Amino acid sequence: MTDIILPIEHQQSSHCETGVISTLLRSKGLDVSEPMAFGLASALAFVYLPIVKLGGLPLIAYRMPPKTIIKTVCKKLKVDLSSQTFSNQIKGMQALDDELAKGNLVGLQTSVYWLPYFPEDMRFHFNAHNLVVYGKTAAGNYLISDPVFEHLVECPSEDLQRARFAKGALAAKGRMYVIRQVPEQVDLTPHIYAAIKKTARMMHGMPVPFIGNYFGAKGIKTLAKKISSLNKTKPKYQKLFLGNIVRMQEEIGTGGAGFRFMFASFLTESAKVTGNDNLQKVATQTTTVGDNWREFAMEAVLFCKKRKEVTLDNVANKLVSCAEQEQTLRAELLKIKNN
Amino acid sequence: MNEKDVPQDSSSTYQGQKKLIYAVDDNGQYLGVKSTGWEVESFATQMAVDDLQEQTDEALRQAHRNEVSPLAYHMLRLRFDLGSLAQTTVFFQWQIKRHLNPKIFAKLSKRKLAVYCEVMKLSQDELTSIPQPTQPTSPPSPNNQPSIDNE
Repeated sequence: MTDIILPIEHQQSSHCETGVISTLLRSKGLDVSEPMAFGLASALAFVYLPIVKLGGLPLIAYRMPPKTIIKTVCKKLKVDLSSQTFSNQIKGMQALDDELAKGNLVGLQTSVYWLPYFPEDMRFHFNAHNLVVYGKTAAGNYLISDPVFEHLVECPSEDLQRARFAKGALAAKGRMYVIRQVPEQVDLTPHIYAAIKKTARMMHGMPVPFIGNYFGAKGIKTLAKKISSLNKTKPKYQKLFLGNIVRMQEEIGTGGAGFRFMFASFLTESAKVTGNDNLQKVATQTTTVGDNWREFAMEAVLFCKKRKEVTLDNVANKLVSCAEQEQTLRAELLKIKNN
Repeated sequence: MNEKDVPQDSSSTYQGQKKLIYAVDDNGQYLGVKSTGWEVESFATQMAVDDLQEQTDEALRQAHRNEVSPLAYHMLRLRFDLGSLAQTTVFFQWQIKRHLNPKIFAKLSKRKLAVYCEVMKLSQDELTSIPQPTQPTSPPSPNNQPSIDNE
């Protein structure tokens, strides 16, 4: 067997799912950037779910659940995406090899933990990572364009198989996707306006009793209340709780400020595509919102470092200001119309 | 955030990697900027990593005193907890809790041990043994990173 190396233009991205879909679409000649994919999928969100615990800490997310972005973007742009999962691991690996032999770039959903090229401190049991395989060496190693890495990487077959078939929450079951066909031309304009409207609608909360208070700006305020009430808990838990929020916002490939900067980037790009100057204005406003989230992260970490001048109420108040800014931003986004 | 303000703090948690952050240039246009780390973020990461390490070290000490089974140590060392291990092994949490008891663990069938071995990528010898106290507690991470909080 000889090496299979398919042409690929590796582009480092902030986030795995948007990065993979952008790379795959570009390889087929459809120029969709990472922020554009993120925006079109209306992926910006806020979720605080204390019922779902990960390592003893509540689930906090700044975007829609995994798989949403790839699915939504392909559906909207009428991209023919074939996606399959496997109950048999050997068949799953064989199907990957077959696609590579046919000359197709292959997107995979994998666990983060079992990919040996990840830095030790960033490895955790999360099963919804995405990457692109662009070849295989004669020795049997897979050649991978992992969007969150600066350079191309290589992974032994055994490790990749383990990563694809790791069990547990969000298990990938070997999920593999290949783009079969893309439309020759796409007018992004109507999709941009529809996506912004949908994002804005979700930014307040969900019109569902009780659980609605855990989404959007309402969810941010609920989290702020929780932070204020933490002074009844042990100092160590307070620190881990706040640290968890900061990690979800910054560490887990968000492009900074829990995807807010990426969304702002989508808006500036949309302003260029549509020629609508109002989009540039809301982009600037979104940047301000993102900056405030970064200040919140700093404040939270200052508290963790036991700087006396920062209290839990200070941290909570900063978070409330994030919620209020997002509500104002929502009003502006709803005013955006296709002229 | 302006591109000039994108932190380049060479965080040890990045282990030489860079991340892409979105920032604006002076004309308000967005671009991707590679960052070597942000002190604020890596402090939060380090806190979580240290907490896990502490729990792992404690489990190892308890395993040496025969208060918990080697499974308790390996579970934490490999970043699992009761919830995630239950989801991957399809054992119930109460079953895993029982297996953390050294007496019960010692009598586990080969078949049950094999389930743990499979999801944890360990041999049965590795699963049923623990390193000596003098050895490093977490073999895969030899780099003992200094605390980032330099106060």
